[in-house]
Amino acid sequence: MVFPFSAIVGQDEMKLAILIAAIDPRIGGVLVFGDRGTGKSTAVRALAALLPPMRAVVGCRYRCDPALPVGCEECEARKLNSKENGKEKGELKSHAVPVPVVDLPLGATEDRVVGALDLERALAQGVKAFEPGLLARANRGFLYIDEVNLLEDHLVDLLIDVAASGENVVEREGLSVRHPARFVLVGSGNPEEGELRPQLLDRFGLSVEVRTPQDLPSRVEVVKRRDAFERDGEAFGKAWAKEEARVRRQIVAGRARIGEVEVPDAALERAAQLCMALGTDGLRGELTLIRAARAFAALQGDAVVGDAHLKRVAPPALRHRLRRNPLDDAGSSARVDRAVGELFGA
Amino acid sequence: MNEGMSAALFAVDPVGLGGVVVRSGAGPARERWLAHLAALLPAGTPWRRVPLHVNDDRLLGGLDLSATLQAGRPIAQRGLLAEADGGVVLLAMAERLSAATAASVAAVIDTQELVAERHGIGTRSSSRIGVVALDEGIADDEQTPSRLRERLAFHLTLAVAPDGDDEQLFTRDDVAAARARFGAVRIDDAIVEGLCAASIALGIDSVRAAMLACRAARASAALDARDAVNARDAALAAALVLAPRATQLPTASADEERAADSDTPSDAPDVPPPDDAEAAEPPSESAEPDMPAGPIDDVVLEAALAAIPPGLLALLALGNPKAPRSPSAGRAGAATLGRSRGRPTGVRRGEPQGGARLNVIETLRAAAPWQALRRREAETADRPGSARIQVRREDFHVWRFKQRSETTTVFVVDASGSSALNRLAEAKGAVELLLADCYVRRDSVAVIAFRGTGAELLLPPTRSLVRAKRSLAGLPGGGGTPLAAGIASACALADAVRRRGATPIVVLLTDGRANIARDGTPGRARAGEDALAAARAMRMEGVAALLLDTSPQPQETARALAVAMGARYLPLPHAGAAMLSQAVRAAGTAPAPTR
Repeated sequence: MVFPFSAIVGQDEMKLAILIAAIDPRIGGVLVFGDRGTGKSTAVRALAALLPPMRAVVGCRYRCDPALPVGCEECEARKLNSKENGKEKGELKSHAVPVPVVDLPLGATEDRVVGALDLERALAQGVKAFEPGLLARANRGFLYIDEVNLLEDHLVDLLIDVAASGENVVEREGLSVRHPARFVLVGSGNPEEGELRPQLLDRFGLSVEVRTPQDLPSRVEVVKRRDAFERDGEAFGKAWAKEEARVRRQIVAGRARIGEVEVPDAALERAAQLCMALGTDGLRGELTLIRAARAFAALQGDAVVGDAHLKRVAPPALRHRLRRNPLDDAGSSARVDRAVGELFGA
Repeated sequence: MNEGMSAALFAVDPVGLGGVVVRSGAGPARERWLAHLAALLPAGTPWRRVPLHVNDDRLLGGLDLSATLQAGRPIAQRGLLAEADGGVVLLAMAERLSAATAASVAAVIDTQELVAERHGIGTRSSSRIGVVALDEGIADDEQTPSRLRERLAFHLTLAVAPDGDDEQLFTRDDVAAARARFGAVRIDDAIVEGLCAASIALGIDSVRAAMLACRAARASAALDARDAVNARDAALAAALVLAPRATQLPTASADEERAADSDTPSDAPDVPPPDDAEAAEPPSESAEPDMPAGPIDDVVLEAALAAIPPGLLALLALGNPKAPRSPSAGRAGAATLGRSRGRPTGVRRGEPQGGARLNVIETLRAAAPWQALRRREAETADRPGSARIQVRREDFHVWRFKQRSETTTVFVVDASGSSALNRLAEAKGAVELLLADCYVRRDSVAVIAFRGTGAELLLPPTRSLVRAKRSLAGLPGGGGTPLAAGIASACALADAVRRRGATPIVVLLTDGRANIARDGTPGRARAGEDALAAARAMRMEGVAALLLDTSPQPQETARALAVAMGARYLPLPHAGAAMLSQAVRAAGTAPAPTR
């Protein structure tokens, strides 16, 4: 039984960022940093139940999308086979599967993450076969890393590389395998435990900060809902099923609509102005800002990206890309807010 | 009383309450508490003790190597946490628990399930456990890792002196009955609000505390054979769960706000007026003889206040909440990771013991040429070849790893009157600049300030910019110059850093004009001698050091001190923060002085 996504009290920015990533996976992942006990892990784990199922090739270990012209190596080989046997024209059967949300446990070993030699077959039959790892399992879904700032360096390097290329290349133990590994990286952590490496920070599309609610009514609501959930998870799930279904419809509609959302030149200009005012490095900031605004507009059911969308997504899209100035005590969020305020005259 | 109640409540709902931090040395008091707890749990409850340096294979499960080789196929070994399903896990010396182990246990508490992805085997097994963290820490910064502490409902400090009366508050049957009843126990909104309000008033930053308090209150009601939580349960929960987590005393304004809240129901429509709350409670409870009177908020808050340990109360009242912050991550065991962590650099012959990881391919490759011979050997020895592949100890190959050693830069800042206040600002700036790119360099930073009569560790080694900023914000200046004390405490810290497996670099910012001797008495001559002696002691330790002379003109005393310390000497009359951090980086790459 998982705590329903829509039953999480407050934390609107976090929930919005996760929904945006669900609508447009190319956004490049979500980083959730903040206090303990704010429902970071709960939100991510609840996501799996929320996402509508997707089509995948039957029997494919990487859950290839049947709509793609070119699948993984194994699917291509199967297509060739079916062609030779003269069945269909290289068509493969597909079925609906849940979108994977894979937890990367702290202390996971590298071989389990990237995949490794299949021990059983190596020992029993002396056959060299590849056993896919977590990256393969997360293909087309989400890879969740709790305590991302405590992850070992070599694993972080590896994740950065795969997240950027969308492909996992394994060259180890005499194996030479490549397979698709397109996933949304979701990381969470507590800044008191240490900073995140800038390279990895930049790789996350959106970054949200979560704070413990300081007002009494919200806290009471958090505790009450948790209590109700723990007492009778099924009844609680039923009570929230309607709300969950509404969010699911929102995601489905958003995905269908996102291709048609128009981004006028004025919005592009605004985004560029904002990034210039903040002095963000590279173009990734602008790109993410536009993408996030478009996904947000799709989520809202709007046809054109406007200032309101940009304003809402600017903090999560930009706050982790600012050149850090340790002598400036104002946090990154405050700087983004200031720049947004100046530019949009709000 | 509190000890017994904690044990009983924990026994009722070990999974939901997470567990207990028992802070005490090893001794009869702790043994008795544990025996008491064991006597309350249902017979046959799993009871597993986890030693400090448990490896992940054992804790989480993984490949059982000998069974695997025997069978010719991978055999998984169950982790300790899975074995303890439905029972209690004792974490020995929890204050030294590594961050990774703490995170694994915390994940199990959250999900009640052990998910391990290790060595080509992925397992998922139920693990509904309660945790007892045996914390033997003494100093404030020796604490059970905060991610774990936060999930454990009760934080006990056991008295050292054994007290004679061994009162058994409850029996095993009481607990069994309470467990059966627990699921049906209701908790009123008013009580939930009271506990939440108390947690805010006490400055508790996590919502988890209030959740755990609610569960504890329900367990208390269940133990008392009631179906609804009353004010006494809430007071007990506040005393046991909220009080040890307090970081501030409720301020007058907070009290007023609270009063205002309950006076004006329009602000918070769910808050019933006090008398409603009492009326809402089942009539059987109003007959309770020692029912605390007054609005539930006040009852709960007062119970929590009364239970705050006296030492903590004094600190809180001073407005100096030295609330134990999270100890820096990965403090324990960093020195022993070399064989199992980092980048693989190659393979050598050796046995997979003590964390070294077997390289299966090389092992099989080494075994391959001998197979025919061994099979024949086995047949003649009348041991028909049971295993398909015969692997022997001498075939084992293990991975070799290269780990970059972490550097800890210890800033020792002269905060006395002679080093003007602007030096402090520069040092703060340099520390923050260093931290800003520390993750890339795998560096941590610590700050010691000396002024008045002694030295103080302002910032324990950390990589967190957030923590550093907070610690440095309150750095005071002025007073005498106890240079010797500053150097000595830097030396002690450097030693501690080295024992943790990192490389210390000491950066001393001073003008070299000591005027407080080691024992705290004023006097230039003795103070100078003491400082030189402390510097020589540091040289003996072989700690890499850098002395930044902060006086307007380069000082001969400072130079002499640098020579005694074996330190590089840099006169920096007008060092900016950027220059400072550049100098420190250069020092980091310079070779350490010879012993």
